[in-house]
Amino acid sequence: MSYIRAENLSKQYGSGDAAVMAIHDIDFTVESGEFVSIMGESGAGKSTLLSIVGAMNPPSSGKFVVDEIDVYRLGSEKRTDFRREFIGFVFQSFHLVPYLTVVENVMLPLTTIKANKKRKRVLAEASLNQVGLAGKEQRLPSQISGGEKNRVAIARAIVNDPPVLLADEPTGNLDSKTTHEIMGLLQRLNQEGTTILMVTHSQDCATYAKRILRVSDGRLIEGEGLVEALCLDRKIPLTGAGGLMLRA
Amino acid sequence: MNLRDIAFKNLLRRKAKALFVLAGLAIGVSTVVALISFTDAMTENINHKLEKYGANILIVPKTENLSLTYGGLSLGGVSFEMQEIREQDLTKIRSIKNAANVAGLGPLVFGVVNVEGHRVLLAGVDFEANWVLKPWWKIDGAIPGENGVVLGSETAAVLGLNQGSPVTIRGRQFIVSGVLKPTGSQDDQLIFMPLKTAQGILNKEGLVSMAEVAALCKDCPIPEMVRQISEVVPGAKVMAIQQVVKGRMETLAQFKKFSYGVSIVVVLVGSLVVLVTMMGSVRERTQEIGIFRAIGFRKSHVFKIVLLEAGFISAAAGILGYLAGFAVTKGAIHLFSESGGASIQPSFELIGGSVALAVLVGLMASVYPAYLASRMDPNQALNAI
Repeated sequence: MSYIRAENLSKQYGSGDAAVMAIHDIDFTVESGEFVSIMGESGAGKSTLLSIVGAMNPPSSGKFVVDEIDVYRLGSEKRTDFRREFIGFVFQSFHLVPYLTVVENVMLPLTTIKANKKRKRVLAEASLNQVGLAGKEQRLPSQISGGEKNRVAIARAIVNDPPVLLADEPTGNLDSKTTHEIMGLLQRLNQEGTTILMVTHSQDCATYAKRILRVSDGRLIEGEGLVEALCLDRKIPLTGAGGLMLRA
Repeated sequence: MNLRDIAFKNLLRRKAKALFVLAGLAIGVSTVVALISFTDAMTENINHKLEKYGANILIVPKTENLSLTYGGLSLGGVSFEMQEIREQDLTKIRSIKNAANVAGLGPLVFGVVNVEGHRVLLAGVDFEANWVLKPWWKIDGAIPGENGVVLGSETAAVLGLNQGSPVTIRGRQFIVSGVLKPTGSQDDQLIFMPLKTAQGILNKEGLVSMAEVAALCKDCPIPEMVRQISEVVPGAKVMAIQQVVKGRMETLAQFKKFSYGVSIVVVLVGSLVVLVTMMGSVRERTQEIGIFRAIGFRKSHVFKIVLLEAGFISAAAGILGYLAGFAVTKGAIHLFSESGGASIQPSFELIGGSVALAVLVGLMASVYPAYLASRMDPNQALNAI
């Protein structure tokens, strides 16, 4: 069985004449250790899809299963625990807490777990080290660059070693060089075993994924094979086994 | 990093809001502290002052007749024509259990005499005791010696006598040593002379017509003292002047009620300030709370963060409020206590009470904002990830 399974996911906002179907009957699976991009135009439903995958937005119908856990059959607080243990979030605008230092921001997901402060700090520092931000632990978010904020957000997302990482436009506000650094970082995390689902507008970023899900008008319109097509279309050389690993 | 750290750091970051809540609560607590401290200090002070109101227990001979006088108006003859009390019985009052509460004991002997063609009531009094029993007395002149008298203001006017005038009473010459300033009481119509002299003139040696007792008010059990005095002076009727006792109690009770009323209103206003500010703070932090919820903070964790913030500020407000209240009370006592008799000492009970009150009010006022924060939907809070 696949690690992540979405079965006939639909989400309707509002009711009656004001009802809007954000996504219709979406089915997909993601294997453990995959790196999947979700692409689509604005309003296509990709953010709704990601929020459902993030266990934060119950679908109107359908089923969403992670590691054989039917996520939306869990109670609200159990689902919160699920998010803490299974999912790391990298938000589009980083969403760092402005009054906490870099290391404290990274420690946030560890706040509610039972471990002493020293242990939490060691984990946070290791995570920061992993994203190349060692030495900047005591800075406030306002004292670091956009790329560094993104790295802090990634460090926070991986500090408790979640099996799944969800990223929403993680490079949306970054320059080209920093974008590639961040994408390289996500790719490295994926190589280390983290399953990644990433929403992006950028075809260039999408090429870092092994597979692309394209959403249009709330429906999944393309599946596997798109990455290759995209790469051929943009003349990006394919590398790696089976042509799926695009960049080393 | 724990929930406490997050709460504390948020307070440091939002200093203006924190200070607003702090001020709202501190003002409430300081008002309560000031009113309680002021009431206590003034109660003590008023008790001291009430002691100066004079006699609050009367000892009169037992009689089967009912008095036919009211407010100095006699409708059935003078009611002083009655049995007397033995003066030596009164000395036993100094040995009752609550003798320490007896601030003054003033025996009086009365009799009617003819002076300058007028029938006048003569009163023999203990002038020393009278300073305690009737502190409002002011004499134009001097306290009389053995051959002197003091005239009530109306008596002096009716008889046409002044300080230094000679006056003959029952064939004995006296000098008017002074005239009592108007008191508004029956004393204005009497002639006063030392007790022993009056007893001699009225042929009532060793006897008194009545006695007045000034009992210290603070913690003094007036009914109990009445009982004790009745036991040692069996031939007398001992009465508490209920109006005075009840009057003081009612005055203090009213003042306390007023204080509590004001305190409740101020605390309610303080709690509203906390509620409104915390609601604003929670709304401002929608996104931040969304992040917390998204990364795995349970509702209870968010609830706890908001309450911890309220708790920190409230505890600080309690201490600050106590200090401010203490300072205000000191100032108020300085202003209102003319004699300087009232004072205030730091009270650890009140400090503890202030902190407890502030924390209780702060937490109660923050429960609803904390509830709203905890119920925040992470998806909506983040406007969808």
